[in-house]
Amino acid sequence: MPRRNDIKSILVLGSGPIVIGQACEFDYSGTQACRVLRAEGYRVILANSNPATIMTDPDFADRTYIEPLTPDFIVKIIEREKPDAVLPTLGGQTALNLAMELFARGKVGVPGTPELIGANAEAIATAEDRGKFKQAMIEIGLSVPLSGIAHTLPEAQKILKEIGLPVIIRPAYILGGRGTGIAHTPEEFKSVVKNGLAASPISEVLIETSIVGWKEYELEVMRDRNDNCVIICSIENVDAMGVHTGDSITVAPAMTLSDVEYQKMRDAAFACIRRVGVETGGSNVQFAVNPTTGEQVVIEMNPRVSRSSALASKATGFPIAKIAAKLAVGYTLDEISNDITKKTPASFEPTIDYVVVKIPRWAFEKFPGTSGVLGTQMQSVGEAMAIGRTFAESLQKALRSLEIGRFGLNCDPGEQIFETISDQDLLNLIAIPTPERIFQIGECLRRKISVEEVADSCKFDPWFVDQMLSIVEERTHLATTSLAAMTKPDWMRAKRMGFADAQLAWLWKTSEQQVRTARLQAGVRPVYKAVDTCSAEFSALTPYHYSTYEDESEIRATTKESVIILGSGPNRIGQGIEFDYCCVHASFALRDAGFETIMLNCNPETVSTDYDTSDKLYFEPLTYEDVMNVIEAETASSGVAPKVIVGLGGQTPLKLASRLPSNLIAGTNSQSIDVAEDREKWSALCESLAIAQPPGGTARNLDQAIEIANRIGYPVLVRPSYVLGGRAMQIVHDQQHLQKAMHEMDKDGSLGREGGLSAERPVLVDRFLEDAIEVDVDAIRDSTNEVLIGGVMEHVEQAGVHSGDSACTIPPATLSKSIVDEIEATVTKIASALNVIGLINVQFAVTGESVYVIEANPRASRTVPFVAKATGVPLVKVASRVMLGATLGQLRQEGLLSARVSGRHVSVKEAVLPFNRFSEVDTALGPEMRSTGEVMGIDDSFARAFAKAQFAAGTTLPESGLVFVSLNDRDKSGGVEVVKGLSSLGLQVAATSGTAKYLTSHGCEVTRIVGKFSERSTGEKNIDDAVKLIEAGEIVLVINTPRGYGTRSDGEAIRKAANNCRVSVVTTLSAASAAVHGMIERRNRPFTVKSLQEFHARQ
Amino acid sequence: MTRSIRPAALVLKDGTVFEGEAIGAGSSELSAPVIARGEVVFHTGLSGYQEILTDPSYAGQIITFTTPHIGNYGTAAPDNESAKVFARGVIVRELSRRRSNWRSDDSLDSFLKQHQVSGIAGIDTRKLTRVLRESGAMPGAFGTATESELRKAALSEKGTTGRNLIAQVTTTKSFIHGSGKLKVVAFDFGIKTTMLNCLGEFATVHVVPATTSASDVMALSPNGIFLSNGPGDPEMVHGAPATIRELLGTGVAMFGICLGHQLMALALGGKTFKLPFGHHGANHPVRNLATNTVEITSQNHNFCVDADSLATKAEVTHVNLNDNTNEGMKVLGANAFSVQYHPEAGPGPHDSRYLFAEFVARMEAK
Repeated sequence: MPRRNDIKSILVLGSGPIVIGQACEFDYSGTQACRVLRAEGYRVILANSNPATIMTDPDFADRTYIEPLTPDFIVKIIEREKPDAVLPTLGGQTALNLAMELFARGKVGVPGTPELIGANAEAIATAEDRGKFKQAMIEIGLSVPLSGIAHTLPEAQKILKEIGLPVIIRPAYILGGRGTGIAHTPEEFKSVVKNGLAASPISEVLIETSIVGWKEYELEVMRDRNDNCVIICSIENVDAMGVHTGDSITVAPAMTLSDVEYQKMRDAAFACIRRVGVETGGSNVQFAVNPTTGEQVVIEMNPRVSRSSALASKATGFPIAKIAAKLAVGYTLDEISNDITKKTPASFEPTIDYVVVKIPRWAFEKFPGTSGVLGTQMQSVGEAMAIGRTFAESLQKALRSLEIGRFGLNCDPGEQIFETISDQDLLNLIAIPTPERIFQIGECLRRKISVEEVADSCKFDPWFVDQMLSIVEERTHLATTSLAAMTKPDWMRAKRMGFADAQLAWLWKTSEQQVRTARLQAGVRPVYKAVDTCSAEFSALTPYHYSTYEDESEIRATTKESVIILGSGPNRIGQGIEFDYCCVHASFALRDAGFETIMLNCNPETVSTDYDTSDKLYFEPLTYEDVMNVIEAETASSGVAPKVIVGLGGQTPLKLASRLPSNLIAGTNSQSIDVAEDREKWSALCESLAIAQPPGGTARNLDQAIEIANRIGYPVLVRPSYVLGGRAMQIVHDQQHLQKAMHEMDKDGSLGREGGLSAERPVLVDRFLEDAIEVDVDAIRDSTNEVLIGGVMEHVEQAGVHSGDSACTIPPATLSKSIVDEIEATVTKIASALNVIGLINVQFAVTGESVYVIEANPRASRTVPFVAKATGVPLVKVASRVMLGATLGQLRQEGLLSARVSGRHVSVKEAVLPFNRFSEVDTALGPEMRSTGEVMGIDDSFARAFAKAQFAAGTTLPESGLVFVSLNDRDKSGGVEVVKGLSSLGLQVAATSGTAKYLTSHGCEVTRIVGKFSERSTGEKNIDDAVKLIEAGEIVLVINTPRGYGTRSDGEAIRKAANNCRVSVVTTLSAASAAVHGMIERRNRPFTVKSLQEFHARQ
Repeated sequence: MTRSIRPAALVLKDGTVFEGEAIGAGSSELSAPVIARGEVVFHTGLSGYQEILTDPSYAGQIITFTTPHIGNYGTAAPDNESAKVFARGVIVRELSRRRSNWRSDDSLDSFLKQHQVSGIAGIDTRKLTRVLRESGAMPGAFGTATESELRKAALSEKGTTGRNLIAQVTTTKSFIHGSGKLKVVAFDFGIKTTMLNCLGEFATVHVVPATTSASDVMALSPNGIFLSNGPGDPEMVHGAPATIRELLGTGVAMFGICLGHQLMALALGGKTFKLPFGHHGANHPVRNLATNTVEITSQNHNFCVDADSLATKAEVTHVNLNDNTNEGMKVLGANAFSVQYHPEAGPGPHDSRYLFAEFVARMEAK
């Protein structure tokens, strides 16, 4: 059954901003889909609000709409483009939910509208509606946990009577387990049900018997329209049921299932996909297995490509999304060839001869107040995957891939934390799932606590615990020997267990370099095997490699000049998809220019780790040892050392730069990187160039910090050096708070726990410029000293809000031409002085007519993809060519570089924050970055683009109702205009008495005065406080600007309440003002949609 | 939990040497030096090692498991495909130190010892698989004996080509399995338990020795005749094709699997040939030409039916999508059909179990 010819154009729905539970994996799947569909000759229309994605590159679709992923905007796109079909199964839960809303509105999937391909509305509803799903499973004879559906608390309590505690509560139509929880007591039950009902867009929760502690599995299934079904991969969770699969350590293939059990599960998975009615494409089915009886139950099914499918694709080499896209347009599995072997068809089941381990990465240190305990709601922000020949090897590789300062399963400085913990406490600790649990288990085993006791406490299958014990035993054995005494078999055994040189260095109290030297002298180097979907049964053509310590290496030599691109590792706050975009672009550009491109990364979600992206892919940790091994192996196989790009993957590769052979680094050299990173050298450079910086200094202890603060005056910005995303950054207004901040960095805080301050890790203390406008510039300099300004971005939020959490606009909204000229000239000077070859990002603060430089990073920044999409200039492609020797002039001639498009549109980037996952956290923005993703709005004015960005970010800009306004004193005067704007739109305003008094005396209308939350007990009984109104659902929008310092209790309570009740909160006056202008614009002229290709058209 | 390690080596006929450690029979420190020899093949399935080891079709062969962790879920008596381990030895990357599964009653290491089968662990099984893929299944020897002894053993090993191994695996006496209402006579060329169980669901199965004559079969007045799987070179199984030819003329429904399929082809005057490295795995795509759908199949065969040699005698019903080799046929002018792969699975996917229903339909149509 070949390609469908009745369809000519297809609208692909993307997944929007990166949020917890929905990350780069949907850029990976969407990019694959767009590529495949275009190659098949379809007209592809793409909708996605996330500018940092590869899929939204104008090259990947015929029409790319960077517009909000809301039903209103998608309807506009459908009306304009009239696609024949809509493909909703590759854009995560966002796309699936959108499809369902569009279906409900009669805009897709009904006669006369675009057809839903991949999965129809009935199938989506059967899989997503928990009640329908259970019923369907029972119908086909599969077991499911006992359960009931409730829409209200009383309904829920009735069900509880039938099932009994403990129960698990899951809201319908949610992603990443939001609002899900386990209840052991009636009180817990009440609160979890309430949360769950609030989290579900249709106020529906499933209440079911808790099967916490059972083993958890996932099968990735594909089905075509001939009803051919195959399993791509089985995944076993190391963490038992009770921890969300996205927060679980997982392993592929399944390790502890006999064939009898596995085949039973496989049959059930097929029965499930058939019953649900997913006609074509990929789905995943989750199972729980009782470890003592083998009873199998079906937990859930995703009728779409998922995070697990991305993992399964990377784990097996079988590109699920790509195949799913082909199946959606009519092909059958046997008509598609297996990319990797080319000779065999895709209608087979991959078999693998290695072990894959995935470990999530969390960011709890960014969200003080959260418990850090894992549960049924996903909280991780990223993940690392490792491939090795055994579980032990993969586990240790995965742990060191996480970049959390750990080198493997302990045997590193991080294990010192256990010194003060008793055996019993450790055993108790491992019963609670947390990010540290895996290390605690390792320590238990080192203390000779038995596998049985450990397994009993943590509920890991004893097989996994025993594998960890094998690592621990090897460590104990190694501790009895010495570096000098190591024989080749000793080395091989240790390396086969996944031990890093750095772990051995810690064990033997020597340096990593010495371990490496001794190891190489012993002739012990890794070999590189290939991921080939078939366990070597057929020859593989795709060079997708992983390292291990065995006999035979499969690297093929290259004859071309080659370049290694170091990726950015697991997603984290501050370093995510933007850097993957950069690495992928570099690979594309350099491949086109005739280089052999070699990607090295360990993040399974990404486009960069698609074997199609580069000429070669090494799925390896981004550590010095692993990177050097690849460089050496490539050098040995080709006879020539490859160049290495360190400037595109964020801080991860940049931190390695100084240790890699300097002659191999492409672009800006490591000395220049050091000047920009080292505060004192940087200040000296600015001084020599006569560039103004905010006054400041470097402190190694509290006394020095106080001395600097006294010299430059409060408020001051304090931040640790060499951290990412403003981690632990604070603005302090007096000495008392300075003391507290310093103490946290040195002792109490998460950084303090990681070693505190030292000469190598000082604290930077700078004068904080209040009310300054922040500006970001991305630029490229080439070897002829030409500097190309990519874009000048003005931030919407004032200085003090981390640039990553702030909205920004191109072109600048308020800066004068002379200021912009001065900024551009300064960037040129800095780039030149640092001898930058490639990208540089410079941040400024502007107060009045004064321009101060804050910092410069001679690398790709988070904003590069946004700038490229706003200006139509492929910045990274240009920069990567420049890094390999081309000049801007040459690239102009080649046609790669053309002038930016400007003057006819405004682009606004807005940050997306994960507060809905962390109900105990204050949502006020600050100097520590906490956003996980970004969206972009483009339109013909700032106000309109800003409003679009707000819609895309999920902020509600209401058209009627009551807006609660509470402003700090500094913002009160500016607030008048905002409130007048709201009134002109017909919105009503509620305010606290102080704010209300000021507003009414300045001609504003305040319809309701509310009491202060902090005076709840003492205040007048008749006056409702804001929290009460929010909880009662009477408030449609909150504008609350926090005080710079002092008591925050009221604002914090209001923001938390709003967060928990899903009421949008605006926390800065500038954003409030921009939002009101956007709302006025909406009233004046309805929004329209326009594609990136049209915005980028050059006249 | 830590085991003392006894070094061992694997030597292939082409001289390639792999170093590893002994497991299973003869691996303890006190054991006399061991040599295991046979034709080295690889199996790419992710699970099912116990079923594979006890599958009589592996007689004469040393099995390399491409899956690196073997033994994780131990062994469980109900998973045996026969009472013995027929494979000559096992080659693995990593033997599990601990078994973990509620069904398990023994560890793989102890199971191997009990069945007097040696193994070797710590091998770069991926390299070995690549060698076998390029050079074809190859005689080899492994064990704790000296390398030169192993080399000699490898050179003297004949492999499975030109060998009749049926006598080693077939039952010497008939026996009955199951109590279904239909009566099936099953030729035991090395029949697997799962196959018997599948037949037993609807039939009383009279399992007879490989050399049973047509008249003895017909004396049982069966509803159907079943030709089982088995080891070795089909063209060396003298006698069986003639018996099958005779039985094809009776009109009694006949179903053959694996060696049974090959023997049926030979009975029709067809030919078989040896595949370079055989099909051993649980993920082979087979097209059912009647429905045009794809079945994921369990496979274990070194020899293959030459479909061209049957042009006028049989209709091809199933084709392997990886290499387009023949996977099944329907005999023209007789009530007989057969497949090369293993619809009973054990181990492997259940996609093709419908073939047993087809057998029933053919018996009931009579």
